[in-house]
Amino acid sequence: MTTQPARVVWEADQPTQARLEGDWTLPQAQDIVTQWPQTLQTSQLLRIDVTTMGQLDTAGAMLLLRVLGSAPSADDLKKLQGLQSAHRELLALILTRRDMPLPAREHHFSGRELVIRMGKATETFWGQTRQLLGFVGLTVQTLAMVLIGRRKLRLTATVFHMEQTGLDAVPIVTLLTFLVGSVVAFLGATVLRDFGAEIFTVELVAYSFLREFGVLLTAILLAGRSGSAFTAQIGSMKSREELDAIQVLGLDAVELLVLPRLIALLIMLPLLAFLAMLSGLLGGALVGSMALDITPGMFISRLYEMTEIRHFWVGMVKAPVFAFLIAVVGCLEGMKVEGSAESVGRHTTAAVVQSIFLVILADAIFAIFFMELGV
Amino acid sequence: MTVVMPEAVLQVRGLRSVFGRQVVHDHLDLDMQRGEVLGVIGGSGAGKSVLLRSIVGLKRPEGGSVYLFGEDVTGLDDEARRPFERRYGVLFQDGALFSSLTVLENVKVPLLEYYHLPPDLLDELALLKIRLAGLPAEAAHKYPAQLSGGMRKRAGLARALALDPEILFLDEPTSGLDPVSAAAFDELIRTLSAALHFSVFLVTHDLDSLYAICDRVAVLADGHVILTDRVEVVEQDPHPWIQSCFRGPRGRGSSGVFSPVRTPET
Repeated sequence: MTTQPARVVWEADQPTQARLEGDWTLPQAQDIVTQWPQTLQTSQLLRIDVTTMGQLDTAGAMLLLRVLGSAPSADDLKKLQGLQSAHRELLALILTRRDMPLPAREHHFSGRELVIRMGKATETFWGQTRQLLGFVGLTVQTLAMVLIGRRKLRLTATVFHMEQTGLDAVPIVTLLTFLVGSVVAFLGATVLRDFGAEIFTVELVAYSFLREFGVLLTAILLAGRSGSAFTAQIGSMKSREELDAIQVLGLDAVELLVLPRLIALLIMLPLLAFLAMLSGLLGGALVGSMALDITPGMFISRLYEMTEIRHFWVGMVKAPVFAFLIAVVGCLEGMKVEGSAESVGRHTTAAVVQSIFLVILADAIFAIFFMELGV
Repeated sequence: MTVVMPEAVLQVRGLRSVFGRQVVHDHLDLDMQRGEVLGVIGGSGAGKSVLLRSIVGLKRPEGGSVYLFGEDVTGLDDEARRPFERRYGVLFQDGALFSSLTVLENVKVPLLEYYHLPPDLLDELALLKIRLAGLPAEAAHKYPAQLSGGMRKRAGLARALALDPEILFLDEPTSGLDPVSAAAFDELIRTLSAALHFSVFLVTHDLDSLYAICDRVAVLADGHVILTDRVEVVEQDPHPWIQSCFRGPRGRGSSGVFSPVRTPET
């Protein structure tokens, strides 16, 4: 079935008559519009011969109706001579469905709109903060009830999440901190060499990893790895109405879903942070021995003599706080999911952004606190 | 073309589909004529949706061939399939609308992709498709999430009709609709297929749809099409699945005139 090009043929010295030929279909529509614009705009045709017209589809039918006038009615179809019955049905159907114009789309970009959006954003932020604080309270309350024995600790789930968030994260955490450790050592060496103080590279790596990087890098990695997983798991359960099922079965979603994840992270994040510190120091020591003539023996003895244990505790004390923030934000965002799969994705992103933000914010507050304390 | 010649727009020959060790289709043959509404029924897991996906090219069959408009399209790559894809439309179960676009933009997607039309004609054509699918014009600027299930299906239908397809594939269009909406949707398909002259490949569980709009019914069981005929003939067939389907407790009301053999109340 080859297509015939659509054509408008004018009758000689008959300005009110024309003959339409060929196939009036969607692939031809562009040609029809560009080649006979005046026919389609100001049509004074009173008699149109369509006997030799080939195929007609909805696009062609719409153009044909334009030929008939700006607002054709069923009466105007009488102008068409030799119309096939199938085409007549199509035109009649389209005429009945052309009754509604396309409503204008609302656009507003005014100063008022800007203020409204700012107000809404502030309100949302306040609402989210309240929600987070409420959820923290609920979680702590449930945790307390587990501790006094009024609620059960879900041991199997907890161990499962310890494996998923802790053990499975060991390779990525150690590799990453090892690399950052060596980068810090290189950086220190480049600056300190000018002062002949390369040996202080040991302190640089030790202080930065024990106090900050070990725990901070671990927390950021787990926020991306486990916090998002918590949201996705709980969120997809929520969208499949599993949380509703938990509730009507008389169970507690916080006890069942949130506490195992929270406890797993509270235990595993400090352990991972410890590994991260070791791995970072190892990276620093390796760069020291290869590029700076600091032998591993020197590195260890210097570390032992010059670095006090309090730096380690300054780092470690932050780990449970970070773990708590990541777990609570991840679980809460999962609970906020509604309906669609798109919502799961949106809340997963929100969980990662919020938990990393909160971790860094908490870290900054800790830094100021410890500075004031002088530790 | 004034005389409609009987012409098979779709032929499936010896189709074989396998998932792992599970054989879904084996030696499956099926024909669909131009202009007809063909219903495809079968139990859950009989492979109705797999058949649809194999025909429209979403799944590569493990054997056999699929002919669309008389040409073998079985092993074609994406590029070679494109000319055929313009000639059929697919309505997925929940409409499968692009959630970030409005209904109007959804309908315009295939038009923009394949043709260069002036914006006013494009809008007019897209709105016509939306109206043909039975939606009010106000729905044009709504996002899929703002529509009810039935409206989403109609919007999906409008997008499937955007390129004036010769075959419309429908995957359980009435599932999830209330009986009134389902009947209205059946009626819509019937009206549109008569006016726009497309053939309909209808995968369904809904016996009412079979009686209401299908010219022929293909029954899928045991991995192949066991019977293709008018629904009045199909319901008389002695095959056990057909009998339990049409004469089971849920089969009675559909045919209206058909009075079932009394089955003992349990």
